[in-house]
Amino acid sequence: MRYARPETPAEASRLLAAEPGLARVMAGGTDLLVQLKSGLVEPDLIVDIKHLPGAAMITREAGGFRIGAAVPNQALGEDRDLVAAWPGVVEAASLIGSTQVQGRATIAGNLCNASPAGDSVPALVAAGAVARVTGPNGERDVPVQQIPTGPGKTSLARGEFITSILLPARPARAADAYLRFIPRTEMDIAVCSAAVNLELDGKGVVARARVALGAVAATVLEVDVSAALVGTRLDDAALDKLAKAASAAAKPISDKRGTVEFRTHVVGVLARRAARIAYERAAR
Amino acid sequence: MTGTLVTSKVNGDEVQFIADPGETLLDVLRYKLNLMGAKEGCGTGDCGACTVTLNGRIVCSCLVLGVEAEGATIGTIEGMADGNRLHPLQQAFIDHAALQCGICTPGILVAAQKLLERNPDPTEEEIRYWLAGNLCRCTGYDKIVRAVQAAAAQMRA
Ligand SMILES: Cc1cc2nc3c(=O)[nH]c(=O)nc-3n(C[C@H](O)[C@H](O)[C@H](O)COP(=O)(O)OP(=O)(O)OC[C@H]3O[C@@H](n4cnc5c(N)ncnc54)[C@H](O)[C@@H]3O)c2cc1C
Ligand code: FES
Ligand code: FES
Repeated sequence: MRYARPETPAEASRLLAAEPGLARVMAGGTDLLVQLKSGLVEPDLIVDIKHLPGAAMITREAGGFRIGAAVPNQALGEDRDLVAAWPGVVEAASLIGSTQVQGRATIAGNLCNASPAGDSVPALVAAGAVARVTGPNGERDVPVQQIPTGPGKTSLARGEFITSILLPARPARAADAYLRFIPRTEMDIAVCSAAVNLELDGKGVVARARVALGAVAATVLEVDVSAALVGTRLDDAALDKLAKAASAAAKPISDKRGTVEFRTHVVGVLARRAARIAYERAAR
Repeated sequence: MTGTLVTSKVNGDEVQFIADPGETLLDVLRYKLNLMGAKEGCGTGDCGACTVTLNGRIVCSCLVLGVEAEGATIGTIEGMADGNRLHPLQQAFIDHAALQCGICTPGILVAAQKLLERNPDPTEEEIRYWLAGNLCRCTGYDKIVRAVQAAAAQMRA
């Protein structure tokens, strides 16, 4: 195995594309090194993207936030403006692993690892985040939900990798929230999860809503909840419809963490509770 | 397999070592730099016994490659005491009997020191969450929390 630390995205992409064996991008390494040690992946080349220009920075862009692919999750919680604008994305990223893992793990890594249970992924999808992808044919912007295509699989072509993720600008009365169910309070993988992103009008009526669910399908699942939520003040009837829509959309499997029935029910409960939190935050 | 020459700063001193690309920072620290404080409890990021600081953040050194340390600043438990004078956290761990076998202790001390640097007056809940990635099979955690609280109080005084 070889290790490379390119200094430009073009060089990184060239290295990835030119490797005849298996090449792997490394950001925080909190998935990659565990997989490597267990023999799950045996890369011939590791391309460390932490030293690319801007990779470790959060920059303001058109009222939104461009998060470099090497920004550790702990740094998200340290950016007050980001926490104020996207509290749900930050709380989702902050749930990933321990403080030690937080010092290394990235949201781009969480997305590209493509686990159906990746905690930041539903929040990024509900937020309408856009990944900037660099590859042999230049740069393209891709909505984050198009990156994972199945457990451990992404739509990234050979030589392509994510350089940053953009969280868009926010109107005044808007907020998001993320909840997961785990049997303990820390350090566990989501049994199922829900992210809700709401925009309210001046009267506190929901104008736009996006909901994404985790660990109830092979990839993150976005659910169209406009019919349930838009035009309401999130009364009980609206929340009931939301919970029903979430449970109806869920296509989970049964495993040691939970059964189909349990996940189907709980994901509705989580969507409902996350919507409440997002609404309260947005109305503040 | 050819090694890479890596230069980094460990506990304030510049060090150089040759690392194989697959070698972890933990193995480099222990077996190339002879810093045996950080321990391998699991090797998979779950136990925190290998905790060190890397460029100002705490990390599991079992999930860092040695070659990644090029140009980095690293802090280990060996850098905590000031000569023979123990750090208040170290002293508090002794006074409060916050260790038994001691395997988890170096990692917990490094993690707790970073917590107190960021938050000199953490609540019990904040301490427990911050240290959630540091497993201890002996103490039941209570004495660890008390020791961190005591050290924090002393350091604020
Ligand atoms: C103890 C522990 C607890 C954890 N707990 C959780 C948890 O609660 N929730 C959770 O969701 N995850 C958890 N994880 C998994 C992991 O920490 C996260 O998935 C993390 O976000 C991965 O980010 P990373 O930067 O470390 O990725 P890496 O390990 O660097 O990379 C992960 C994968 O994505 C690819 N990749 C990384 N960056 C890019 C990029 N920019 N472009 C293209 N491909 C890329 C890599 O090649 C690799 O295949 C845990 C891990 C550990 C060790
Ligand atoms: S040895 Fe690194 S976390 Fe357990
Ligand atoms: S003192 Fe033995 S593991 Fe903590």
